[in-house]
Amino acid sequence: MFDKEIKLKGVPVSPGIGIAKAHVISNDLLQVEHRSIKESDLSEEIKSLENALLKTKKEIVKIQNSMAKEMGSKYANIFDVQLMLLEDRVLLEEIIERLRKELCGVEYVFFDVLKKYKKALAKLDDPYLKERAQDISDFGKRVLKNLIGKDMLAAKEFKEKTILIAHDLSPSDTAVLNREFVLGLVTESGGPTTHAAIMAKSFEIPAIVGAENATSKIEAGDIVIVDGSSGELIVNPSHATLRLYQEKKNKVEAKLVRIMEFKDNESKTKDGVAIKIMANIEFPPEVKSVQDHGADGIGLYRTEYLYLNRENLPTEDEQYQAYKMVVLQMVPDTVTIRTVDLGGDKFISQMDISYELNPFLGWRAIRFCLARPSIFKTQLRAMLRASVHGDLQIMLPMISGIEEVDEARKIIVEVMRDLDREEIPYNKDLKIGAMLETPSAAMVCDHLKNRVDFFSIGTNDLIQYSIAVDRINEKISYLYEPAHPGVLRLIDRIIKDSREYHIPVGMCGEMAGVNYFFPLLLGLGLREFSVSPLIIPELKLIVSIVEIAQAEKIAAEVMKMDSAKAIKDFLKAELKALLGKDYGELVGV
Amino acid sequence: MKIVKRLRLVSEQGLHARPAAMLVETANKFMSKVTVTKGDLIVDGKSILNILTLGVECKDEIIIEVEGEDAEEAMDLLERIILKEDV
Repeated sequence: MFDKEIKLKGVPVSPGIGIAKAHVISNDLLQVEHRSIKESDLSEEIKSLENALLKTKKEIVKIQNSMAKEMGSKYANIFDVQLMLLEDRVLLEEIIERLRKELCGVEYVFFDVLKKYKKALAKLDDPYLKERAQDISDFGKRVLKNLIGKDMLAAKEFKEKTILIAHDLSPSDTAVLNREFVLGLVTESGGPTTHAAIMAKSFEIPAIVGAENATSKIEAGDIVIVDGSSGELIVNPSHATLRLYQEKKNKVEAKLVRIMEFKDNESKTKDGVAIKIMANIEFPPEVKSVQDHGADGIGLYRTEYLYLNRENLPTEDEQYQAYKMVVLQMVPDTVTIRTVDLGGDKFISQMDISYELNPFLGWRAIRFCLARPSIFKTQLRAMLRASVHGDLQIMLPMISGIEEVDEARKIIVEVMRDLDREEIPYNKDLKIGAMLETPSAAMVCDHLKNRVDFFSIGTNDLIQYSIAVDRINEKISYLYEPAHPGVLRLIDRIIKDSREYHIPVGMCGEMAGVNYFFPLLLGLGLREFSVSPLIIPELKLIVSIVEIAQAEKIAAEVMKMDSAKAIKDFLKAELKALLGKDYGELVGV
Repeated sequence: MKIVKRLRLVSEQGLHARPAAMLVETANKFMSKVTVTKGDLIVDGKSILNILTLGVECKDEIIIEVEGEDAEEAMDLLERIILKEDV
């Protein structure tokens, strides 16, 4: 209570203000809770440790093998110490002895013994030994994960109002976010397009990413204010600060009420051109938020969640039920479902996916599906079956050229034949589209045009691939820039080509939901946008104020400019001028 | 059979990284008991944790004690690791 107020800063990714006590997930050895056991449980506890060690060994050997293949055995040797720790008899004996003496959970004893050794090493002042201390930490985390059965966070269910502070959250971690109790989210790594950021947005949880040293500067139990609009993070606020933010929070919420008034506006420009403003979703329950915010359909339904955070693959029926639920609720609007995009930063726990040094350029999305046709076919069958319940379209992610489309279509036809044979109904005119998120695909719209029914520009990856910037690496995420003139030229080309060939084209990346890009995209000829549901009312307000001629003028101006900063300044000023003072303040330009 | 040798570590990395791993790996290949002493600390030569916490630096003097049927062969290999320049 007497702790001094400190301020930290990060990248704002999900608006709103959250105030609550912090729960810190440290990157170092995790805290493990003490639990008593009976003498008769001893052999069971020892056995679970042995199993965890065995499982960890398999994991490490696998990583080591693939590293040896990629970089040579010299680098793979970095795991030697961890492998030897797994077989260290002294360690095992010490743990068993303490287990017998103290009769508490094996994970606690394991954790405590390792901590002791880590401390002993840290005391010896030697850079090599510091590295070994890190080895012990890594080893400890791996074993603990297998010992407890899942990630630390997943094991923890939040029962009180919390601000979650972590280095990074994996997709399976973010899946347990519960917005009733998690009032704010802060991560040290990453930029605005990481999974954690997208999830926080879809759950309407105020969030900040890229907050350096947050896990070491904030202690569990500290009161924390997260301002997901400005990126400010205040730890142990004074009474005055607390009052200030409480007022700010009330204001933000009042603004939200005003913006929501525009949600039922027709999506038409001032001069009457029809636009579609659709929603991106991840989970079927989000359909409620989609409808509450007045979306004109679902432009991107991500299906990864069905595959993550579980031990087995989702069955056809399970998927069918999920897709059907979304499609039925959205009738008569279109629902575009994307086939699974695994790989990259999203891994599947039960699959044999080896460690990759460059996962975003690796085995993911359509590449993965084409290599595992049985997994792909199960999903396609579920989608086709659900297609009779409404307007469902299928979208293929990470298309890099015509071959993948041809191959995927071949498999889709096979699945259709199977369904015909089994007399299971599906929509025979179902539309199939390609996500344009690689520069190579963006350049060959003419070749793709006869092979698909629609395009959707996935800006997150398109930007990452064209600027060659890993959007998760905080050291370079500043390079990730939607307004880069090179990126804008690619987008311009895609839209122009699509219009020339009369193929519907939309945009479903984060960029589509940034208010000041809206007039530019409109001016480039884009008519379909798919964004986080929360942003829809704001875009509906903007669209009703802009005329196409104005937007085209803005776009023509921007395409002549040479710097991202100048482009963004110009776009913000233009939007401000279009909206006027009152509306400008309302949408925050 | 019991063999005791007093040796000075040659590797510049100390007994921390690769040399430590090799020492423990080698010790574990034999039936004999292996202990390593530095100052007044005596540890099990088959435990990587023990060897690391011993904190042996380049040019430090250690005593290796090997006891068992295959002691001779074990000591021969262990000595080579301690006296090897770099790995």
